[in-house]
Order: sequence, then structure tokens, then C-alpha cells
Amino acid sequence: MSYELKVDDKETTDRAAGLSQGLLGTAADRPEGVLKVTGRATYAAEDMPEGTAFGVLVRAPAMGRVELGNAPAVEKLPGVLAVIHDKRMLRNPAQGMAGEAPVQGVAEADYVGQPIALVVAGSFEQARHAAEVMEVRCLGEIRPVSPGAVEPEVPEKKQSSMGDLDAAMAAAVHKVDATYSTSAMSSAAMEPHAALAWWEGDKLTVRASLQMLKYNRAELADSVGIPLENVRILSPYVGGGFGSKLGVSPEVVAAAIAAQQLGRPVRVVLNRRQVFETITRRSETEQHIRLAADGEGRLTGVGHDALVSNLPEEPFSEPVTQATPFNYEGAARTIGHRVARIHRPAAGSVRAPGEAVGVTAFEIAMDELAVAAGIDPVELRLRNIPAEVPGTGKPFSSHMLAESLNDGAARFGWADRAAEPRARREGEWWIGSGVASAFRVNMLSEAEARVVLGPEGAIVETDMTDIGTGTYAILGQIAGELLGLPQEKVEVRLGDTAFPPGSGSGGSIGAASTGTAVWLAAQEVRAALAKEMGCEPDDLTLKDGRATCGNISRDIAELISGESLEGHGHVQPGDASSKVKQATFGAHFAEVAVNDVTGEVRVRRMLGSFAAGRILNLKTARSQCHGGMTWGIGMALTEELVHDRRDGHMVNRDLAEYHVAVNADVPPLEVHFLEERDPWTGPMQVKGIGELGICGAAAAILNAIHHASGVRLRDLPATPDKVLAGLEELG
Amino acid sequence: MQIDLTINQKSYSLELDSRVTLLDAIREHVGLTGSKKGCDHGQCGACTVLVNGRRINACLSLAAMHDGDEITTVEGLSDGELSPLQAAFIKEDGFQCGYCTPGQLCSATGMLQEISEGWPSHVSDSLDGPYELSEAELSERMSGNLCRCSCYPGINAAIRSVGEKA
Repeated sequence: MSYELKVDDKETTDRAAGLSQGLLGTAADRPEGVLKVTGRATYAAEDMPEGTAFGVLVRAPAMGRVELGNAPAVEKLPGVLAVIHDKRMLRNPAQGMAGEAPVQGVAEADYVGQPIALVVAGSFEQARHAAEVMEVRCLGEIRPVSPGAVEPEVPEKKQSSMGDLDAAMAAAVHKVDATYSTSAMSSAAMEPHAALAWWEGDKLTVRASLQMLKYNRAELADSVGIPLENVRILSPYVGGGFGSKLGVSPEVVAAAIAAQQLGRPVRVVLNRRQVFETITRRSETEQHIRLAADGEGRLTGVGHDALVSNLPEEPFSEPVTQATPFNYEGAARTIGHRVARIHRPAAGSVRAPGEAVGVTAFEIAMDELAVAAGIDPVELRLRNIPAEVPGTGKPFSSHMLAESLNDGAARFGWADRAAEPRARREGEWWIGSGVASAFRVNMLSEAEARVVLGPEGAIVETDMTDIGTGTYAILGQIAGELLGLPQEKVEVRLGDTAFPPGSGSGGSIGAASTGTAVWLAAQEVRAALAKEMGCEPDDLTLKDGRATCGNISRDIAELISGESLEGHGHVQPGDASSKVKQATFGAHFAEVAVNDVTGEVRVRRMLGSFAAGRILNLKTARSQCHGGMTWGIGMALTEELVHDRRDGHMVNRDLAEYHVAVNADVPPLEVHFLEERDPWTGPMQVKGIGELGICGAAAAILNAIHHASGVRLRDLPATPDKVLAGLEELG
Repeated sequence: MQIDLTINQKSYSLELDSRVTLLDAIREHVGLTGSKKGCDHGQCGACTVLVNGRRINACLSLAAMHDGDEITTVEGLSDGELSPLQAAFIKEDGFQCGYCTPGQLCSATGMLQEISEGWPSHVSDSLDGPYELSEAELSERMSGNLCRCSCYPGINAAIRSVGEKA
């Protein structure tokens, strides 16, 4: 049997309120924590079978037809088992939720850095050496590598317009008309992408570092050319994803092919430079934003045009304007989206694709409007919160932007802020603060899970992953809550395609989607327990291993008399998303110091106030927000992938040259969650929290730089050279 | 070549290719995969281990340079029960994905030792200790260990809770 749910309508009853275990919403520790702090959690490249051979990918140094000049000689090097140059190898990773192979082939290099061969040897050192001495020639012209060098595609479905924006701009009392740019960025997850593949007959098993296993299984099967049923993927622990592990990537397919050819297990781990170069990056963006407002700062028109890039044939393009249709008031609205097809490494989803950069630029524009209108930036935003999605009549499922702004402002001490920029100076440093709203669309995705209740406790199984987000914790909390078990009595098993397919991790969908599947599965078990007790499920109380119904109370283990009860849950998105607009909201506040002499910017404190429905675990949710806010610091100040102007290759493809925020860059971060229930997301009334924290965070910092120093930067990151130029202009 | 290492108080005699790094010797040849490879270039700190009590990036060192050395990895930080630092990392949520965690733990262990021995850092006011475990000192001294999940608030709270007791 299975408990099925299609989320078509709202669920106004708070079903969790009738439960007794008290696990949901607590700051429970991560159950896998002990394994992680003792080094026993095994990631993809670990737990090698006997006889594993080692593969190292070889990169294309240029573009065009590939020639491997000395492959026969390389194959004779000590320890080398094979040089694999197979047309099934991937040009770049599959995009998130593709469920089929991405562009394949190694005969042609479409970008500099493309993996075009795999060298396999008996030891890692032998393979690495052999890969280094491969003579690779690419015989072709350099193709366009800069977004400005090509006529961009204008996908019809991604353009929209209502009202007359030009007229609104012409009639505006206050307006902004400016172009913003954000740099290409890298996920730079700490665990490099890795795969360990072996075959048993025609069955392929791969340990890999991936986020969405049910899709990855289909992508791998399609890439290698075998039936889906013959593929098993194991990803019990994933060392960070942030979108970079959404789709099956080149090392996974290369390892599978090599293991097939050699008849032994093969491991392929990307080195850090390959991670940067062959794994999808966040596209750089150029965003033209127009805001028209009346004398009170009320928006009458909004324009947001974005230019992004990707390789030819890649279906993904950074959805920069994703939040623009619903962020603020504005009757006239024009949204544009253009894609430059260029030959830089492929672009794909990186934490909060779209809003991470789109909301950031928009929120800088809002700050500019506040300055132009002489209105406090918090107040300006409060004045422009729409009652429904502008121009559509579509209501919001829940909407707490105003509460977030007010809550954050009060906690941050916003009232004490000077209205004018350059009002506070400490020695060489200008001090100021900024605000930005946070928006992120909320999505539900199909998911299944199994819950088995036995005498020792419960086991939850799904192929869902925990990429650091807290999946192990929250799924255990959900099952424990419903079955009346403390968290340690619930074992959560993840990351194995032999389990029921979960949603996968990505797009902040995990908690609401797979969480609901676990909820449903546990409900089925509850119903069976109620039957044993002779009562209705709603009248059943389960707590600390005891079942109570009326004046009957029994030990659950005794009740099921040594047997086990199994439940299966299956949730699917329904009509809810066509009836209401679902999103998460928040407000970022930042205080910065800007050095008048060097142009250096230091973030002194940050505060985020967020509303994302029911928060399942305060501890893990808070850490997710810390992560997002810290990524905001990186985006604002240091993160910038640099592509060579001549051939597009990634110049700063390592962690020494691509600057993610380090410990000393991160000031005290305050995170507050507003009490919210979203009735349109299923029985738990929960929304996603993994990406909200980055959306707009960098804008709060850029706006604070302006407030501190008077320097308005529209080109991220705000590196010292740009800040210094701005300071010099001000004199 | 033959290399003798003592890892977590256990002796290993290894026959290794001269190109094998200390990190790969520990992970692939001894089989202690707790120490992580994040960049293999000394840029991320995930491979931090203690060599004769001092923290180093194991990826930047060849195994051959450590013949006879005493090495402590994350697996050696606890003896059955979690160390106070490990327990504090769980309590304060000093990790998410967990991949940088072994390096953070070894690094923090070495760092607390350095500060107790009066070693200065880049942000110290003078070259003569003793030094307090201030926020600035802690952050500076732990900045060789990247955490892309960005658990620095939790990492610092965990280290502080142990450092202040020490």
C-alpha cells in the first residue's frame, strides 16, 4: 500500500499540532554528526573495493577536433592500464533534473578544459603522471568566448510585458535606470566530484557525489547505454553540492566506462582545477533594471532585462528574473531574458539559481530608488509590497516580507541609522549599513519514502541525499514525531537508488517534498497501529514508544508483537502552484566598514530575518542561512571567476585564486525565523530554507558600502580597486 | 621506498612510490579516510593533520619526508568517546556536509596548543604572548581551513567553548 498525496489545495489544519513527541521544530543535533566528527562518514571516493584502478581525466588545452598524439606511448608507461577516449564521455555535467544524458563526445572540444580522455593506471601517481604527459592537440578555431561577442538568443517564452513601462518611466517622479553586473561564480563544494564504479555482470554500481539520485541514475544509464534498472548509485554522504552535483558529471560516466572496459573497479576523482573547469558554473549576468515610482516612492513600473551565457545546446540559463514578477508593486512590467551562446565552461544551477543574482541586483536598484526619493530603504520596500502577484490576481500562499523587514530592522537597530551616507567615520574607516529583501520561489517535487517500524524503532529509507542540509536530522524528526519515538530510535538511510526515489537535494525542495513523503509513510504506519489499538488514527497518541488511545496505553514494540509495520509515502505537486504563488521571504541587514585609504570592505555584522513556513530543525535551518549569508559576502566582495579573453579558459580555477569567504571574512551572523505556516505546501506547512539566505544578501552589503562611503557600485564583486575608484571620484 | 609512520599511536611500515603524499599515504595506503582531500594544493585545509603535535596540510608533504614521525588524524582525536571538541562541533553545528570537518578539528586542536604556547598570529598586537582566544585571533588562526557550507559561527562557538575551558 501507499499513502498518496497530490498537493492541490490548502491544508488549514495544523496536523503537526496534534502530535506529541515534540521533535518537530527543535534544534536537534545531526544524527550523522558522530560519524562526521570522527572521520567515519564515507564519501564517494572512499570505501574502495579490492583491486580498484585509478583514473585521471585529461583536459582539452584548446578548442576543435581532438588528437591524442602519444596515446600509444602513454599506454606503455609504468602502471598504465588504458587511455580511454570514448564517445559516451560527457562534455559537461547534466543539468539539474535532466534525467537524460547531457551532450556527449570527446572528438571535439567545445571549450578549453573539456575532459577529452581518461588515463587509468594501477596507482593514482602513475595515472596522474600519464595524464600530465598526454600530448593533446585541438585543431580548430577559437570560437566566441565573451557574451558581448555574439548576438544573444532571445527565447520567446522568457519575455513578458504588461502595461506601458516607457510611459511609466516618462511619468515617474523618481526613477532608476541602470545596468548591473554580477560575475561568474563557482559552487566550490569542499568535496571534489568523485566516482568509484564497478560492474557485476551487466549491473553497474557507482559511488558518486551527487545530489539527485533518481535523475542521476537515468542520466548515467542513458550516458552509458544500459537500462535504468541495471544502475545503482550510492551517495550516503555528499561533501557539499550547492547545485554543482545536481546532474551526473564527466567523472561518473568516465569511471563507469573504464570499469566496464577493464573489468575492475575504477575510481575517478576530479582535482580541484578540474572541478572548477568541468563542473557547471553560475553564469555572469548583465542586468538592465528600470524602476518608475510616484512621489511617495510607490512603484508604477518595473523593468528587468538580463543577459546570461551558456554553451551551445545547454537547456539551462540562469533565471535571473525569477522573483521579478512578484517582488513588488508596479502595474507596468517588462521582463527580458537573453542568452549568449559562448564557449566558456558550461553554466548551470548554483545555490538559488536566479534569485541569488537577480534579487541582488534588483535590491541594489531599490536602494538607489530609496536614495533618489529620499525615503528610508526599509520604508520604501514596505510601501511596495503587493497584495497579490501584480497584474494576475493570483494570491500568495503566505507572505511575510513586511514582518521580516520590520522584525529585522528592530533587531538590527535600524532606527539609529543616519539617513545620509558618509555620516560615520572611525579612523580610516567609513561605517554604514544596508538592507535588502530576500525572495525565493518555493517548489514541491515528486518524492517517495518508506518507513518501517519494528521492535527496536523505525527505519526511514529514500534515495534522498543529505548534502549538508540536515536531511538525516529532519527526516528522523518527522518519522519520530509521527511514530512517537525519540530521534535516536529512528534510523535514516539515504543516498541509495535501491531505496524509494526521493526528491533529491536542490532548489530548496528537499524538506517539503521528501519530508512529506516520510510524513505520509509514517501516517500509513500510524494507521496500522491505530487499527491494532482499535481506534481512529486521529485519536491515537504516540509518545516515547507508547501508544495511547482513550484509557488504553500499550508499549508500541509489544503492540506490534515483534513484527514490523511498513508504510510508503508518495507526494506529488498538484494544482496548488497554479492557484497560489508560493515563495519564501526575508530581510537582510548588514553593517560594513569601508577603508578610505585602501578601498577594502569589511563586513562587521549581518542579520537575517526569514519566513519559510514551519522550520523543522532550528539548528540545521540556521546553519543553512549562515551558509547563504556567507555566500552573500563572497558574492559581494570576492567571488569572481575570471575567463581568459582570448580562449575563455578559466584563469583562477583553484581555491587560492577564487576567493570564497574564509573564517576571518565572516562576522557574527544573526539569523531569526518568523513563525509561519504555509497551508499550501502539504500537511507540514513547510517551505524550503536552503537558498533564501543568499538571495539579496550581497545587496545588503553593497547598499551598506554606499551608505558608509557614498560609493555606489553596480558591478560585483566590490573589490578594493572599484571601491577606491569610487572614493576618488567623490573626492 | 619504505616509510615508517606512527599514526594515532599505531606503527605502520609502508612500501610507497616516492611521489605519494602524506595525505594519500594516510588515506589510500593506511586506509584512514577521515583526512580529506579538498584541493591537494594546500589551499583548503581539509587534509590538516597533526605531525609531532603541529598542524600541517598533509597534501603538501610527501610521505617520504615523514619517516619516523608521529601523526594524529581525526580518527585519533577520540578514544572511544568523543573528545570535548568533537562533541562541541556536534552541539554547535560546526559542520554541515562534514567534508572539511576532520581538518577543522585537527587544525583547532593544533591551534589551541599554539595559542597556549604563546605563538603570535597575523592579528596579534605584539610578538610576545600570552594571547587571548579573542574572536579575531580565533578567526585568523582558523582561516586556513575553508568551509564552503560556511559553518564558521558554529565552528568558532565550538572551539571557543572548549578553548575557554582549557
